[in-house]
Amino acid sequence: MRINVTLLEVAASLVLVGLAAAVSYWRRADLEKDLGVAVLRSFLQLTAVGYVIQAIFDSDSLWLVVLLLAVMVGFGSWTARRRAREVPGALPPIVLGLATAAAVTLALVLILGVFDPKPRFLVPVGGMVIGNAMTAAAVALNRLADEVRSSRLQIEATLALGATAAEAARGMVTRSLRSGMIPLIDSTKTTGVVFFPGTMVGMLLAGADPIDAVRLQLILLWTLMGSVAISAVLATTLGYRGFFTSAHQLRELPPKER
Amino acid sequence: MLRDLSLDIGPGVTALLGPSGSGKSSLLRLLNRLADPDDGTVRFKGEDVTGLDPRELRRRACMVPQLPAPLPGTVADNIRYGPGLFGRAVGVERPLELAGLTRLYADREADQLSVGEQQRVMLARALALEPDVLLLDEPTSALDDYTKRGVERTLAELADHSGLSMVLVTHESGQAERMADRIVELRSGRIAR
Repeated sequence: MRINVTLLEVAASLVLVGLAAAVSYWRRADLEKDLGVAVLRSFLQLTAVGYVIQAIFDSDSLWLVVLLLAVMVGFGSWTARRRAREVPGALPPIVLGLATAAAVTLALVLILGVFDPKPRFLVPVGGMVIGNAMTAAAVALNRLADEVRSSRLQIEATLALGATAAEAARGMVTRSLRSGMIPLIDSTKTTGVVFFPGTMVGMLLAGADPIDAVRLQLILLWTLMGSVAISAVLATTLGYRGFFTSAHQLRELPPKER
Repeated sequence: MLRDLSLDIGPGVTALLGPSGSGKSSLLRLLNRLADPDDGTVRFKGEDVTGLDPRELRRRACMVPQLPAPLPGTVADNIRYGPGLFGRAVGVERPLELAGLTRLYADREADQLSVGEQQRVMLARALALEPDVLLLDEPTSALDDYTKRGVERTLAELADHSGLSMVLVTHESGQAERMADRIVELRSGRIAR
């Protein structure tokens, strides 16, 4: 199964970007520049990664796959760190969350025989796993920062009774974990009814049998649930420590950025 | 915020008196190590607090917060929480009684009570830990005059009958004079008298 997409066809889809820019200009949303940057970056980044993936597929080297996934974990962690900038010392928990999510998920799908150990499978699945793990970690840690900020009195009152940092933060860590996992669970619940997920759409467009497309999509959705859980649980259960000192003191938080 | 401070706090009731921003609450937080000084030493019964287990220090020098911060659950849940952290089970009646509440409060949801009642729950919760010292951070500032006098009477009875030492942060000189055996007045982070 092979399809060819010409650059002219890609360029034609820019009409819709033009529509988005027109809406932005009309309603003074001031997003025209961001749309331009988004179009340019998506073109450059996807084209570059397309050639990288092509090279990896051609070489058929698992080491190159590991290297590519490591780079993805690095960029994903950096991005999640920027989104969760209010969490002190968030980078190590995020890196550990993303790397563990990718390693455990890919190891399991290989051991269970879901996919063959080929770059053709490992690269796209790894990319999806890391991308979703990144979003889950960022959402969960953002929520954790909001929880700590709004519950400062409660946390200090609990510490003052002799609670450890872990005991004082327990409820907040659980709620943050939930908020990291819920978006994927909710989108999985509505998949096929409210929207068609990307893999399935891609396979259908490429001419695959719909039942095959659905089965592969299910594998990916269910796999992502595991990876999102691993990433969010590591990010939150390690990330809360950044808010406390080793003497179970709550650190001062910088003023909230608007 | 606090500067050039040297202070001995003995038994009985000590009031830390001063206007907002004078550093009195910051000083209180140094005593149970919710914060550490940039420089200098805080001692509890002669021992440098940095050498003590912060959890045990906070049990022995237990703080009642300025604003009630009840945990989810009943009053009894709140009272049992602290001792439970140390693996101890306590009866709730005695702390309730000492804090001026009847046993009927035990099964009520803590966050459904009035602010005055919640502040008494905070006091009962601290007393359940059987501390040596109570650190009271403006415990009546959120209360109306009538309720405030009631809480003051309860604290005075505790100080008289239980032998418990107290450090009371307040911005009211009248309250300091009514309640305290000695008054330390702070201004701009320094001792004024």
